[in-house]
Amino acid sequence: MANHINGNSNHSAASPKTPPIKFTKLFIDGNFVDSISGKTFDAIDPRTEEVITKVSLGGAEDIDLAVKAARQAFDHGPWPRMSGSERGKILIKFADLIEENTEELAALDAVNAGKLFTLCKLIDIPIASKALRYYGGAADKIHGTVLKLSKGLQGYTLREPIGVVGSIIPWNFPTVMFFMKTAPALAAGCTIVLKPAEQTPLSALYYAHLAKLAGVPDGVLNVVNGYGSTAGAAISSHMDIDKVTFTGSTEVGRMIMTAAAASNLKPVSLELGGKSPLLIFDDADIDQAADIVFRGMFFNKGEVCVASSRVYVQEGIYEKLEKKLVEKAKATVVGDPFDPKVHQGPQINKKQFERILSYIEHGKREGATLLTGGKHVGEKGYYIEPTIFADVKDDMIIVKEEIFGPVMSLMKFKTMEEAIKRANNTTYGLAAGIVTKNLNVANTVSRSIRAGIIWINCYTAFDVDCPYGGYKMSGFGRDYGLDALNQYLQVKSVVTPIFDSPWH
Amino acid sequence: MAAAASRISSLLSRSLASPSLHSKGRICGVGRSVVCSYSYTTAAAIEKPITPSVKVNYTKLLINGDYIDSASGKTFPTYDPRTGDVIAHVAEANVEDINRAVSAARKAFDEGPWPKMTAYERSKVLFRFADLIDEHTEELATLETWDNGKPYEQAAKVELPMISRLIRYYAGWADKIHGLTVPADSPHLVQTIHEPIGVAGQIIPWNFPLLMFAWKVAPALACGNTVVIKTAEQTPLSALYAAKLLHEAGVPAGVLNVVSGYGPTAGAALASHMQVDKLAFTGSTETGKIVLQLAAKSNLKPVTLELGGKSPFIVCKDADVDKAVELAHFALFFNQGQCCCAGSRTYVHESVYDEFLEKAKARALKRSVGDPFVAGIEQGPQIDSEQFEKIMRYIRSGVESGATLETGGQRLGDKGYYIQPTVFSNVKEDMLIAKDEIFGPVQSILKFKDINEVIKRANTTSYGLAAGVFTQDIDTANTLTRALKVGTVWVNCYDVFDAAIPFGGYKMSGQGREKGIHCLSNYLQVKAVVTPLKDPAWI
Repeated sequence: MANHINGNSNHSAASPKTPPIKFTKLFIDGNFVDSISGKTFDAIDPRTEEVITKVSLGGAEDIDLAVKAARQAFDHGPWPRMSGSERGKILIKFADLIEENTEELAALDAVNAGKLFTLCKLIDIPIASKALRYYGGAADKIHGTVLKLSKGLQGYTLREPIGVVGSIIPWNFPTVMFFMKTAPALAAGCTIVLKPAEQTPLSALYYAHLAKLAGVPDGVLNVVNGYGSTAGAAISSHMDIDKVTFTGSTEVGRMIMTAAAASNLKPVSLELGGKSPLLIFDDADIDQAADIVFRGMFFNKGEVCVASSRVYVQEGIYEKLEKKLVEKAKATVVGDPFDPKVHQGPQINKKQFERILSYIEHGKREGATLLTGGKHVGEKGYYIEPTIFADVKDDMIIVKEEIFGPVMSLMKFKTMEEAIKRANNTTYGLAAGIVTKNLNVANTVSRSIRAGIIWINCYTAFDVDCPYGGYKMSGFGRDYGLDALNQYLQVKSVVTPIFDSPWH
Repeated sequence: MAAAASRISSLLSRSLASPSLHSKGRICGVGRSVVCSYSYTTAAAIEKPITPSVKVNYTKLLINGDYIDSASGKTFPTYDPRTGDVIAHVAEANVEDINRAVSAARKAFDEGPWPKMTAYERSKVLFRFADLIDEHTEELATLETWDNGKPYEQAAKVELPMISRLIRYYAGWADKIHGLTVPADSPHLVQTIHEPIGVAGQIIPWNFPLLMFAWKVAPALACGNTVVIKTAEQTPLSALYAAKLLHEAGVPAGVLNVVSGYGPTAGAALASHMQVDKLAFTGSTETGKIVLQLAAKSNLKPVTLELGGKSPFIVCKDADVDKAVELAHFALFFNQGQCCCAGSRTYVHESVYDEFLEKAKARALKRSVGDPFVAGIEQGPQIDSEQFEKIMRYIRSGVESGATLETGGQRLGDKGYYIQPTVFSNVKEDMLIAKDEIFGPVQSILKFKDINEVIKRANTTSYGLAAGVFTQDIDTANTLTRALKVGTVWVNCYDVFDAAIPFGGYKMSGQGREKGIHCLSNYLQVKAVVTPLKDPAWI
């Protein structure tokens, strides 16, 4: 319960709502079933630290069942055998059903992940239906290539669905991630075993229910809740899964890739951590820059893999920008995500909450200047003040490691060349931002930064048509866009001799 | 559209399997289920046409979101080809109306909101449009059959699903129209931006009124263009109804303007209009030439043309003759033979020629002709008296030039434009029936000896729209596929029209391609954007 003010006037105390919870079991082969062990785990409300509901806990044996169902559905079922347009129609119907249930779905993510209810309704849920329509519309546009072979041969490529896909998704965007992974895989004709994050099991089960209503055949989409070390490990090492796609931490990504390598060499795509730089140049519009920087970091409580957690500001604009950012942080209302006045909800769970606070302590100890924030809010729930550090050095832990919380590091730079060098001085390469009016600066920085997406005069500007993924230890493979389909397709070349062709 | 294709084949297999269809028919397309007796060549069903249940509510011009009278106040009659009776009087567009429609489209393009909306918003309008088409299949198919004479079952079960399918296909493209970032030798950033071309003028034929409407309108709208479309004067009704559904789906006023009228007046005004940025035409080669000239003489607007054909259907010695007979029959007689890609030159290898001929003749004799509203009817009347007379002249010409009339050749009944399924054998390339597009139920069967000979003969035509190849031999199939100068080769199938398969002609069958990803480029401008790079990390 977040109705404890503790002297912080920006802490909202609306009474928490909990939506009705309809689905708590595993979804395997078109049915909601208990786990084989009968065990359950708790879904927690991060506002109150209280249990929302108990959810079936899937383990290796449940993953086995789900893979069998997915295997059967792929090898013998209608899904990969129906036309792309028929699959597309089902996905578009699925999108319609999501829109009809927006309120309820948004409430599930808000209560389970501490996300702002209003933003879930405005952003997360509409993106889900948009992704389904986008890939629904792509399902009948998966083209192979007819090849230009040397004399005497005719050849073409077929792009076939890869098979059974294992998807492991994180808790920061339970809905967005669910469809980022499933929509292209379903469009391609694959079948899926998806493990949601153990922190956020609820909306995924609702989506499984809607998928069935939309006409996705049994066994095509299976949702197994459970922990990474058991259910997740079972997916990544399964001999009958043809592909694993994972979004989460770099540390876990490495384990998944190792397990895939040690089992059946299944291809893996990884969307991992980041420590994304945002470069503000002297010529930037100060208000626009402040908005971009602030939202780039504090959107979704800083629980965003592309969060602009390293802000490099050119010295001419630094003082002004710092002042504006502090003002914005102080004006931020932290509290119950169901309250429309609130800007920032609680962090996902106790572990993350404590981890973020310990990074803040590190920052202070290493000599960074705490400009604002730095404390938890209230006595119950995982609320943390928007926190900004200045005088941060590139070798401090808070600028090297992914904090995944509302903690911004401000740094000063002199020249573009210096900023590029420092921006690239990281093991990550997920995203970067540039704020400038200068075309040459924008173009030079865009090509120089080793990151999967560059936002110029904007940030976190996601679009389903825009591929997204990492360089370096931020992972490989791309989600979204038509590129994402490649994750779920095999390429088969077919070649035959050709006689008496009038042309070559 | 595999679904629609499979529907075509299910209709095919059904007509193969159930000769009993010829004795009894059920009225379809209307709410009642009256059973009437029917049999081929007795003209009872033809003489007492079923009254369609649909009301004709839209007969005016659709300009800027409103149904309005023509500036002159003139109308023209549209006829029921079963009887030659008037169905309705339709507002007749002339130059002034085309000007009004183009102004509306111009404004809707230049000021928006259509091209300024996000592609996703446009796609949602088109998805809703497809849903509405599905919901109104019965009315649309009834109008189509009434105005055109095509079998109701074909309209309702094959064409309407193809139409909504195609609209969904292009709805799905709207948010995936990609330019390229282009490599340059020098340090430059190069992007290509694909922009909507502007106001599209479109002129469509009467043989598939609503399907042609969808082929033209869906890709143009998905790309963000606005449209002035002129329907064929023979078949103005279904497009006016469908356009109303598109507005219900949320298309802004002025984005789609539908004008009914004649080619020399309304069509010519559209083709030569200085404010039309692009023209797409489907129809005869003769008219296509005029359209292209008008575009050249006015503002050099780019033109896509989907014109006539005289498509070869080649049955090789190793073909499954029964299947080949059925598909050759379908390839020619489908839609009363009124298909631009009709397989109107049936080449049969000499080793199977006699068997093929006998079976093709038997199949034509079995073809059920009659009131297209009766279930099980395979062939309705031809579109109008002009086409009817033209086809009858070609049949006479076939006989006079020495081809053997195996079956048919006569009018059916005294009313309407019904023609017996007609088969000629011993046809030679220099006969008119083998050279000209007849656009009617007249099959010409020719004999050949070897592959090289048939390639040469099949290519001896000014057309190049499509071809059918029947063989089990992979090398023969590949050789013929590459050698035939046509836009579509169907191997062991025919008339498979998936939304994603490009369609268009070589030679005088036209230029450009419709359907598929290729059609998008008809409605897009390509803009290259080039800017120097200072100290790029790589080029």
